[in-house]
Amino acid sequence: MAEEKKKKSKIKPNRVNMPKQTPEERVRNFDEVALGFTEKLAMEEASRCLQCKKPKCREGCPVEVRIPEFIGLIADGNFKEAAKVMKDKNALPAVCGRVCPQEEQCEKLCIVGVKHEPVSIGRLERFIADWEASQDTLEYPKIAESTEKKVAIVGAGPAGLTVAADLVVKGHDITIFEALHEPGGVLIYGIPEFRLPKAIVKREMDYVQKLGVKVKYDFVVGKTRTIASLLEEYDVIFIGTGAGLPWFLDIPGENLNGVFSANEYLTRVNLMKGYLFPDYNTPIKRPRRVLTFGGGNVAMDCARTALRLGSDESHIVYRRSKKELPARGEEVENAEEEGVIFDFLTNPIKLVGDENGWLKGAECLKMELGEPDASGRRRPVPIEGSEFFMEADAAVCAIGNSPNPLIPRTTPGLKIGRKGNIEIEPETGKTSMERIWAGGDVATGTATVIMAMGAGRVAARSMHEYLSGGEQENDIYVKQ
Amino acid sequence: MEYKIIERRMIVPNIHELVVEAEDVAKSVQPGQFIILRPDDKGERIPLSVSDYNPELGTVTAFFIEVGESTSLLALLKPGDTIPTFVGPLGLPTDIENFGTVVCVGGCFGIGSIYPIARALKEAGNTVHVLLEARSQYLIYWKERYEELVDSVFTITRDGTMGYPGHISLLPDILKEKNIKPDRFIVNGCTFLLNRTSDVTRASGVKTIVNMNPIMIDGTGMCGVCRLTVDGETKFACVDGPDFDGHLVDWDEFRQRRLTYYDEETAPLRKSGTGTEYHCKLIR
Ligand SMILES: Cc1cc2nc3c(=O)[nH]c(=O)nc-3n(C[C@H](O)[C@H](O)[C@H](O)COP(=O)(O)OP(=O)(O)OC[C@H]3O[C@@H](n4cnc5c(N)ncnc54)[C@H](O)[C@@H]3O)c2cc1C
Ligand SMILES: Cc1cc2nc3c(=O)[nH]c(=O)nc-3n(C[C@H](O)[C@H](O)[C@H](O)COP(=O)(O)OP(=O)(O)OC[C@H]3O[C@@H](n4cnc5c(N)ncnc54)[C@H](O)[C@@H]3O)c2cc1C
Ligand code: SF4
Ligand code: SF4
Ligand code: FES
Repeated sequence: MAEEKKKKSKIKPNRVNMPKQTPEERVRNFDEVALGFTEKLAMEEASRCLQCKKPKCREGCPVEVRIPEFIGLIADGNFKEAAKVMKDKNALPAVCGRVCPQEEQCEKLCIVGVKHEPVSIGRLERFIADWEASQDTLEYPKIAESTEKKVAIVGAGPAGLTVAADLVVKGHDITIFEALHEPGGVLIYGIPEFRLPKAIVKREMDYVQKLGVKVKYDFVVGKTRTIASLLEEYDVIFIGTGAGLPWFLDIPGENLNGVFSANEYLTRVNLMKGYLFPDYNTPIKRPRRVLTFGGGNVAMDCARTALRLGSDESHIVYRRSKKELPARGEEVENAEEEGVIFDFLTNPIKLVGDENGWLKGAECLKMELGEPDASGRRRPVPIEGSEFFMEADAAVCAIGNSPNPLIPRTTPGLKIGRKGNIEIEPETGKTSMERIWAGGDVATGTATVIMAMGAGRVAARSMHEYLSGGEQENDIYVKQ
Repeated sequence: MEYKIIERRMIVPNIHELVVEAEDVAKSVQPGQFIILRPDDKGERIPLSVSDYNPELGTVTAFFIEVGESTSLLALLKPGDTIPTFVGPLGLPTDIENFGTVVCVGGCFGIGSIYPIARALKEAGNTVHVLLEARSQYLIYWKERYEELVDSVFTITRDGTMGYPGHISLLPDILKEKNIKPDRFIVNGCTFLLNRTSDVTRASGVKTIVNMNPIMIDGTGMCGVCRLTVDGETKFACVDGPDFDGHLVDWDEFRQRRLTYYDEETAPLRKSGTGTEYHCKLIR
């Protein structure tokens, strides 16, 4: 009891601030908003951690990062060891530290957070990853002797990259097949530069390639070659193709010029570097007044991108209230600071165009919150007679995605769920077909980077087991 | 990745033949499909229909018309050069069956891309007639290749320098004169030709398949920019098409959507002084 007291009195209630670009500055560039901790600030924040014997925080992390250990090492200034401890569980700390919804995961359960502000686990994670990258002493794990087993991985997103990194060190021969011309999945085409610099994704990718993973870009599985044809050449396959098929609102006027899916809007800017048009060749519209429909991370990214492209006004139109916004708290705050206007309890019912087919605005309804629905969130119900018009020359639909049907359509025998997702056994990542595993957004629908990585890790373990055990069978086959 | 250019030559004014080494595509492509390429590392992704392929040599042929920034970069390529992206085959192949009698209509780059379709139709046992349409005789290519392959080839040129003088609207009269009773039309080429052919075959009720060419980015169903309305339903041309029933396409909307980036795309041309008046029907 006495000790408890002593501990509590030592708690520093407030987090150390992480330096950021000012809102005025950052809305005019695409550089990263948060600048990261200095060594001094990191050590100071790390010292807020109580080093719990039974760390609650760890239960909140889908990949069970050894949180108190790495934070303790930061507090001691032993950054090198801290990085090692981190990498042991999480292959992409520079990414997760930036984009994990920490307030829903590790930081949500942090003991300090019960009474005060929780320890900034994510920011420390980011710090240690960036520190390591700046050292130029990247250590590579030892690669086991070649097993001569061939593994095909479809999709170079977080799920696929995790499987690749985990299996290559076991000595398997790994090839990733990626539809686009760059790796990273949503990390490269979706999440904007100002939140996750592409140089970081590239760094992580280089690391995986240095381990000996081969990557074939411009390769659409289901088109360039089918899963069945890959099965002839590879021992096992992992499908990590994400949830890339955009939903539209299904209201009139959605094909007007000036109406975009979030994927189109963000891909033009991120993957194709439209913000550097005309130096880069992919054009992007720079409308005056942009409405983004939705309230998740994707919506925040679109609304903030619009401001950076020079729009006068950027609105988030969301049918529930602020409390229900599914986006990370930090990003909502950033968006507010930058001047994104939030129109809560508002639902578009019709998009209206001018005589040339260009968007003029959206007819909307005011909503109120009713009873909780299946997701536990209160359901928005329209208020009768509350129609009003919102003027706009561009609209972005950021209301969700489902898995792309290219592989399901061309792979008879693969069991597909009601929402177009590939069905898997969660403990192993096995699909309904022999020698095929899957994981990440393609199995769960849009989730998070860390969940996709977790799913990749689970599948990799099961695939390795199969590959090691399968050897015998193969020998017998050869002898016959 | 790097893909080697085997050949790039102007086959008729402003239309170039491009042969690229891309083994994976060459082995799996089927008639009616397309590829997406980028001319350089800063380039946009542009779709081109496949006009021929050789699985043994691992080569793929496409024709492109020089209309803007990306295609003018392509026009500078020489054999031996490389391009960074060449992905495919994309889209669903054209439906090939024994329909009976099929009239294939090709204009512009579609003169090339209708070729593998005509060949497959012929192999499937159809009687195949090919109509090539152009502004003038000097824009017609590959006519001899068709003459070796199909039952008859005829041409329409706007200035009357080859074949029938006039427009695609002559099609019903020509067919009547030749006593051809088609069971299906298949059209490849610019939006204008696809649209007009659908209009003139509508009265006959004969199914008219058009190979659509909206703006695209990924070509895999991820971005939705290629959406169009067919029979009241939204479709993604890159995965549900590019072939659709021309009598069911919402053409006004389609033409409008193609103009989304018109101002941005033509700005560099205006600046360079080459595109002050821009009347290419591929765009409109
Ligand atoms: C704009 C946006 C913002 C987000 N923000 C956050 C955030 O802040 N925090 C967070 O945790 N999560 C966020 N997410 C979600 C997160 O990015 C995803 O959950 C995660 O990327 C899923 O990883 P994945 O590997 O399953 O799939 P993806 O990242 O989608 O990768 C799939 C890859 O497969 C490729 N592919 C698809 N089909 C084929 C095929 N047939 N053949 C070959 N390759 C194919 C794709 O091109 C892609 O590269 C965000 C998502 C978006 C869209
Ligand atoms: C399935 C499909 C098959 C096609 N096949 C051929 C072909 O075989 N030969 C050929 O010459 N052309 C083809 N096109 C059209 C070709 O892609 C465009 O001409 C090309 O992208 C123009 O690029 P640009 O930079 O030179 O012109 P830009 O200056 O970029 O554009 C000129 C105009 O072309 C259209 N356009 C621009 N980008 C695209 C894009 N990514 N996709 C479609 N249209 C666009 C726009 O209307 C634009 O205003 C096809 C298009 C599709 C969708
Ligand atoms: S990986 Fe994500 S959830 Fe886990 S500790 Fe790091 S920031 Fe928290
Ligand atoms: S719960 Fe909070 S205080 Fe405890 S170990 Fe985890 S981060 Fe440190
Ligand atoms: S081109 Fe992106 S969905 Fe068709």
